Amino acid sequence: MIDFEPTQEQKEAIDIAHEFAEELFRPISRYYDEHEHESPRELIDKTWGERNKGTLALGLDVTACLRIEELCWGDAGLFLCVPGPGLGGAAIFASGTKEQLSSFLGHFNEGDPKWGAMAMTEPGCGSDTSAITASATRDDAEWVLNGEKIFVTWGKRAAENPGGLVVVWATVDKSAGRAGMKSFVVPAGTPGMRVEKLEKKLGIRASDTATIIFDNCHIPFENILGSPEVKKVDKAGTKGFKGAMATFDATRPVVAAMAIGVGRAALDFVKEALEKEGIKIRYTVPRQKLTVLERDIMEMEANYKAAKLLTLRALWMMGQLQPNNLEASMAKAKAGLAVTKITQKAVEIMGPLGYSRKHLLEKWMRDAKINDIFEGTGQINMLIVARRVLDYSRDQLK
Amino acid sequence: MISFSPTEEQQMIVSMAKQFANDEMRKIYRQCDENGAIPEGVIDTAWKMGLTSSSIPEAYGGPGGERSAITGSLIAEELAWGDLSITMHVLCPALFAYPILEMGTETQKQKYLPLFGGEKYKAATTAVIEPRFGFDPCSLSTAARLDGNEYVLNGEKCYVPLAAEADLLLVYAAENGTSQAFVVDKGTKGIEVGEREKNMGIRALATYEISLKNCRIPKENRLEGEKGYDFSRIMNCSRVALSAMAVGVAKAAMEYSRDYAKERVAFGEPIASRQAIAFMLAEMAIEIDATRLMTWEAAWRLDRKDEATKEASLAKAYADDMVLMVTDRAVQILGGHGYVREHPVELWLRNGRGFTTFDGMAIV
Repeated sequence: MIDFEPTQEQKEAIDIAHEFAEELFRPISRYYDEHEHESPRELIDKTWGERNKGTLALGLDVTACLRIEELCWGDAGLFLCVPGPGLGGAAIFASGTKEQLSSFLGHFNEGDPKWGAMAMTEPGCGSDTSAITASATRDDAEWVLNGEKIFVTWGKRAAENPGGLVVVWATVDKSAGRAGMKSFVVPAGTPGMRVEKLEKKLGIRASDTATIIFDNCHIPFENILGSPEVKKVDKAGTKGFKGAMATFDATRPVVAAMAIGVGRAALDFVKEALEKEGIKIRYTVPRQKLTVLERDIMEMEANYKAAKLLTLRALWMMGQLQPNNLEASMAKAKAGLAVTKITQKAVEIMGPLGYSRKHLLEKWMRDAKINDIFEGTGQINMLIVARRVLDYSRDQLK
Repeated sequence: MISFSPTEEQQMIVSMAKQFANDEMRKIYRQCDENGAIPEGVIDTAWKMGLTSSSIPEAYGGPGGERSAITGSLIAEELAWGDLSITMHVLCPALFAYPILEMGTETQKQKYLPLFGGEKYKAATTAVIEPRFGFDPCSLSTAARLDGNEYVLNGEKCYVPLAAEADLLLVYAAENGTSQAFVVDKGTKGIEVGEREKNMGIRALATYEISLKNCRIPKENRLEGEKGYDFSRIMNCSRVALSAMAVGVAKAAMEYSRDYAKERVAFGEPIASRQAIAFMLAEMAIEIDATRLMTWEAAWRLDRKDEATKEASLAKAYADDMVLMVTDRAVQILGGHGYVREHPVELWLRNGRGFTTFDGMAIV
């Protein structure tokens, strides 16, 4: 049955997350935007505790994403400081064995705060992930990793805090192209893995975005996710690469959920300001009689809604164990672009109040933009949607 | 619990509507558009599917099915994928029957609803739109004045579908500034059906101007059931119906231009292999899906009897933009071929442009 009513449990999850967003995230939002690379210790400890109690569990399901929207309504940068297995965990979930799940993620509910990260992008390749040059060579019972990874979200926290992990994408056979691409779990503190630098960014400044160098980094053989064999099935790709892509099907709706949280923050800010001015949006009036402001607000609201519903559908499908590659990319492409436009329009509407750092709106505009870039740029996601719509392979539509 | 899966019953109705759209409507829609007429046989076949009558309660001679805006949206999308004119014709009686079913007095229900339970298509219609700049259904020029035991109606209406054929009309008019609905028998003195209108699109649907000059109807013809009269709900049901139809039209255009782009070779490969074309199609697909989901959400609120004005208005506004964008791009993808009437995309663009005008001309 078509239904848009969250369960009682989900409603409670939303309320709790919203409370945290309002009371824990918002008050320190500006401080950590202006003190880049400083760690929000109190937020980290608090959210880690709540996460382990289950009140702030963050996974890849509808409930978790409803939570994520709320937390990112609070602050998307700070949300990216919340401890947990993160994208590294998502990769392990997508292609790890049962044993790997328990050995790599089993301890993520205890002790001190821990983070998981995924290292894929390199200085010479971003969206074209099959061009990865980082290498993994076999040395008896170990793999030896070499290469440089950039733009690793959670990179520093995951690589340096005990118990954390970084999932690294590397090739075991450069000549095999995509077929040679594999992912490896590198535990925090492994010798040979070091954080080279932290990026200074346009937005989400509280989130650490690291460059990580792998210099003869030795890890146990069993830390490979998926099969170590290189199967040249066809040019289109094999399991290793598909493992990476399957991970994206799961993580893209999560990024979309983050995006819509930021978008709603901006939308709420504008609507509150209008309310104070006594301006009401007239939803029943024909469009040709509406003011430009009313049309703008309605367009922003509709785009927020469109992005949210596409996101919920992609997540719901994943929960139903239906393939959601198309729907995940639709949600991500729509949400990334929608909130970029919503927040930019909000700054325009609010004028001097929008542009000023006295308020958080300008920050949300800067924060929003990342959602159209990471976990696949808007363009990459459009490409995926186009291939699906046309039933084309990557060779037919480049 | 949040879910995007229609019920089994809805899936059955959808596949029936889909089959009708594909097997019947798609065979004749171009000819209907050119001739400005729809063969009676098709309308009768559609009527036998019970799309309008199924939700009329047994007490009033219907099968007593559940009335659902979601089901209505699902059907409207499938039919509109086949053809918009035929869809609006087939579903036209609902414009009269549904408001009475929901908001009519007991007498009105007993008198009118059984007319729609029969085997044969029963034309009935509604008059909402007015031929003037700045038309707003919430602020009508057509006026209703109480005079003793009668209402006196005065005003001009346009885009009244099937006005020549229908015996009964539901006329919306302002009484003390509020939009009210009145059942008007077409035989009533003072009502005059004008020439058939010539429109850019929906050319197979017969629409008319009508004029009401001191048209006197009994006082009890005003819609005012036990649960009261709710004009905003009627408008929301209309917004949802039209949004769903916009999705159907857009889907038709997207599919056709997609298939064409895969066939059409330029510079040695199908034009679909070029990102300029492929990205247009991707955006069309995303916006179609987004509009469908927004339509469902508004319909879901209507089914729960929740306040739905914001959702329905946003969905409709979004659908208006979406269907124009999609049908225009479909023409663009076909290039010169899109502009000629040998291909259907120009027809869909003409129909797509109309949605901003059609408010009140369909209902779920």
